[in-house]
This record gives sequence, C-alpha cells and structure tokens, in this order.
Amino acid sequence: MTLIEAILLTVITASTPLLIAAIGELIAERAGVLNLGVEGMMIMGAAAGIAAAITTGSSAAGVAAAILAGMALAAIFGLLVLGLATNQVAAGLALAIFGLGLSGVLGAPFVGVPRAGIGKIEVPFLSDIPFLGPLLFRQDPFVYASFALVAGVAWFLGRTRAGLVLRACGENAAAAHALGYKVLRIRFLALLFGGACAGLAGAYLSLVLTPFWTSGMTSGRGWIALAIVVFASWMSWRAVAGAYLFGGVTILQLHAQGAGVPIPPQAMAALPYLVTILALVLIMQARGGGSTAPAGLGTPFVPDR
Amino acid sequence: MRLVLEQRGETGLALRMASPLLAVALALASAAVMFAALGADPLVALHAYFLLPLSDSWGLQEVAVKATPLVLISVGLAFCYRAGVWNIGAEGQFLVGALAGAWLAIATHGAAQGPWLLPAMLAAGALGGSAFALIPALLRTRFGASEILTSLMLVYVAELLLDWLVRGPWRDPAGFNMPQTVTFSPAATLPLLAEGGRLNLGTPIALLVVIVAAFVATRTLKGFEIRLLGEAPRAARFAGVDAKRLTWGVFALSGALAGLAGILEVSGTLRQLQPGLSPGYGFTAIIVAFLGRLNPVGCLVAGILLAVTFIGGENAQIMLRLPLDATRVIQGLLLFYVLACDTLLLYRVRLLRSVPA
Repeated sequence: MTLIEAILLTVITASTPLLIAAIGELIAERAGVLNLGVEGMMIMGAAAGIAAAITTGSSAAGVAAAILAGMALAAIFGLLVLGLATNQVAAGLALAIFGLGLSGVLGAPFVGVPRAGIGKIEVPFLSDIPFLGPLLFRQDPFVYASFALVAGVAWFLGRTRAGLVLRACGENAAAAHALGYKVLRIRFLALLFGGACAGLAGAYLSLVLTPFWTSGMTSGRGWIALAIVVFASWMSWRAVAGAYLFGGVTILQLHAQGAGVPIPPQAMAALPYLVTILALVLIMQARGGGSTAPAGLGTPFVPDR
Repeated sequence: MRLVLEQRGETGLALRMASPLLAVALALASAAVMFAALGADPLVALHAYFLLPLSDSWGLQEVAVKATPLVLISVGLAFCYRAGVWNIGAEGQFLVGALAGAWLAIATHGAAQGPWLLPAMLAAGALGGSAFALIPALLRTRFGASEILTSLMLVYVAELLLDWLVRGPWRDPAGFNMPQTVTFSPAATLPLLAEGGRLNLGTPIALLVVIVAAFVATRTLKGFEIRLLGEAPRAARFAGVDAKRLTWGVFALSGALAGLAGILEVSGTLRQLQPGLSPGYGFTAIIVAFLGRLNPVGCLVAGILLAVTFIGGENAQIMLRLPLDATRVIQGLLLFYVLACDTLLLYRVRLLRSVPA
C-alpha cells in the first residue's frame, strides 16, 4: 500500500463521522430547527454504543443503542423547543452540556476496556482493482452508510413530496401550517432523524475509529458538523465536500506531526478549528452577504388554533 | 391528547420569581433519581451535593471562590444574550484573559515588581479577553459568519494555546518538567481576605461589577438599547440603534469580564498557570446567565448555586464515589428546566384530551 493510499484511507475514516452527523443536522435545519446539541447527541451515541457492544458482545447491538441514544436526546430537545417553544440556541447548549455529562456517567465503568473494532466489508473482485479498489470497495459499513445517507437525503429533499413539505416547514412554518401540514410533528421527526445520525456518528467513533471509550472523545466534532452544514449551504452533496475538507485537515495535521514538521503540535491540533472559522468566513464572503439558510431557521413556531 | 400553548396577556411578578425556583426544585428531584440509579442513597448524595459545601467556613469560602468567575462571566454573557448576540466562547476568553495577565507576572518574575503590577495584570486580563472576544464580533459584523460557531471554535484554540505555553516557553525551569509556570510572587497575587481559606480580593471585585452592571442594565440608555435590539430588532433599527456597534460592544464587554475572571482566578486562587485551569467556568456561566434571568443580580444568586454544585460534585466523588460528570448532568438538566419553566411565563400550557373542532 502506498503512502498516498494510506493517507486517503485515514481521511475517509476521519471524515465519515463528520459527514453522518452533518447530514442529520442538515435535515433538522431544513425543517427549521437549529439543534446545537449535536456534540451531546454524538457523544451519547459513542458511550451508549460501546456500553451496549461490550455488555452484549454484539457490534450491531452497539450501533442500535447508539442510534436510540441519539434519538432519545433529540426527543428531549424536541419536547423543549417544539412542545414548549423555548429558545433553540439555549436548549441546544443545554443538550450539549447534558450529553457530555451523561455520557461520562454512563461510560465510567467502560473506561479503557478494549474491544475489537468493526471489520471492513470487501466487495469481491472490485476491491482488487489497484489503488481505487481498497479505497472504494474495502471499507467498514459506516462509510457505505454515510454515502447511502447523503444520496437518500438528496433524493428525499429534492425529489419527493414529503421532502418538499419538510422544506416548506423550514422556510415558512405559518404557510405550511395554513396548508394543513402538521409543522411541529414534521419538525419533531426531522429532529429524531438528526439525533439518529448523530448517534450513529458517535458509534463510529467508539466502535471503529478508536475502539474504546474515553470521556469527551468527540472533541468538538459535533460542533464541526454544525459548521459543515453552514459550509454546505444546506445542500446535501456539498456536505460531502465539507466533511472531507475537515477530515482531510485533521489527518494532514496528524501526518505533519508524525513527519516532524517543526511546528508545535498544539498549533497543528488547532488547525481544524481555525480552518472551520476560515471556511465559515470564506463561504459567507462568496455568497456576497445573501443568506441561503432556511428562512425560518431557529424561529419557534406556535400554532394558534 | 396533546399539549397546547396559549399566549398569556401579562406575567405577574410572583410567577417570574417562581419560575427559576421551580426549575431548581425539578433539577433537585431529577438529581435524586440519578443518584439512586447510580446506587447511592439519594438523601445522602443530595446532602453531600447541596448542603455540605455550605456547612463550614472553609466550604463557604470555597463557594465564594468558585462563584466569583461564574458571576463575572455570566454578567457579561447576560448583556450579550439580551442583545440577541450568542457569545458561547466565554471559556476561551477566560483562558486568554488569564494568559494575558499571567504574562506580566511571569515576565517580571524575579525582577522589579511593585504595587503597579496587580492593577496592570487585571487590566491586561480584561483587555486580552476583550480582544479575543472581538474576533467573533468582527467575523460576525464584517463577514456575517455565525458567532455561535466561531466563538466556540476559538475555545479549542485558546485551550491549545495555554497547553503550548505551559509545556513550552512558559514552563517553570525548576518545576521538574511539570507542565506549569512559576508560582507567582506575592506582588503578583491577590491578597487573601481571611485566614485559613482561599477567599481573596476577587470576590469583592465581582460584587462591585454586579452592582455597576445592574445599574447599566436598568438605568442607562445603553442598557435599554441592548434590550431593544434583542427583543425588537426592527424597532431598534428605526430608533437609530447601531446594531453593529452594539454587537461589538457586548462582545467586548463580555470578553473583558471573562478575561478579568480568568486573571482573578489565576492570580488569586491558583497562583500559576497549568493546563485545565478552568473546570468549564465559561460554559457553566451560560447556565448561570439563564438561571439568573439575564439579570446581573439574578446572575449573582445563580452563580452561588452553581458554585455549590461544583464543590458538591467533588464531595460526592470523594465520599460516595459518584462520577464527577454527574455534576454536568445536573447543570445541563437545570438549564433544560429553566428554559421549560420560562415558557410558563409566556404561555399557558394546557393538555387537551381531544382535538378541538
């Protein structure tokens, strides 16, 4: 395996959790709800995933538990911002703090317990193609799932009636309500989807990327996923570009540290965060001040009967 | 059956006072359930968490020491959130303030130090925090980049900057390779207020800030403009309020207060820099600000309560072997309940058994 191949493989593993979490948040935001608690849902997915996987001995049970944990947290959030019309930014922050704490409590008995990661799926024949084979056809199931999710979401938002209704809820909730659509129910379902994706992304961290649990192991990935949604201008395929850009920067700094580049390791570690800020600025600059965000993003909606 | 929200005409004072109290009561009840689930006696755990820290002079001093940064930061954040400006990077501004002030103490260590040093350190801390907070303000007003994400990303940058400094250029040469700076000389430390504890001059400074902030928020034109911008941005624009300048202003103010809290913590309590010098004060202060109803005096009361949970969490970890993260769960729950109870102020919540025609 060449070095470039090895680097590209690690870029894929670094980008996959970002992509999965971002695509989930993209759906929630397209429905008009800003859920800043991705970090909390993601780390709860990581903790619940490894706890269930170690207790039952089954990776599938771990993945299921992670998805359910993410959805449970999203449901709490939905109850607050939809049922009680609270401020979405503050409730999202509360969800992030709550998730970080609860995952630490839940994961405490599992600190440092090692476990075998999830194996890769090899597509017969195709994986033998030189260079492209191992990259495209010898990956773990999460990588395939991430691309299936992107394709599914792109199709759902752009080509289906339900996707159109979901976007209507995000652009103009009052109009969607007047047409007889259940805005709050649709937004709640979108939130649950976002929670499931964040939980799945967390499972990837604790079951594949580093197959053991450490407190706070998401280290800001949930927040970067939020930035990717903005970077992608709320469009599903652009989220792939965003996720792979940020994943690439993460890996680049790791390799630069390994190669002994004479820059303090902390400066390299800060790079993904600085690139996120830079990307946000550049994307806003490129749009020339106009906003492509869903018009109703972050605004609570209270149907008056 | 479904939940229906009906707009209230007016909110009484009693309700406004009762809402945070109800939130605290609900958080305590949830905490008891969590303690029981973790296998601890809920009453013993609640006692260790919320009463033990208040039961002796040492504990009370520690509560004041921990409340000081929380109150200072949350008062600044309250101005931001009132204006609808979402600075959630106070943790980073706290750290950069600590670095800026500590730089003076370290640079002059073992050289000519005088009574000018402490005021200069506090000023440097406030300026440092303020400058760091102006980065997201600039990116917001000049480029329209979301201040939520940029201010949060800068927290990680500040943490790494601190880590680099204490492991590299600022490491104590005589410190056995430990990642920490020299211990500050007496000229660079805040005086203690009482024997046998850590209560220092930082706490009265925080109280003074609360009084000034309460005056500014309720009795000045700037305080009114901040509220107007947050509650009715369109009306504010017609009234000639410059939203950009106000955004800069609240970011600079909250950054300065967070930076001041940082240098007070370092020069008053820790007396040296080390990685992980904040147990998440900047994030907990967000909860304090909301629990205090975005009001400086409210922040004071809420800051004391949250300080109790920090010390109670340490007690419970030592005495009952409860994980330290349980504190964060309680803090997160508290913010959930505060937000939920605030809804009761604006709306009447009704459960409908059947869908009305």
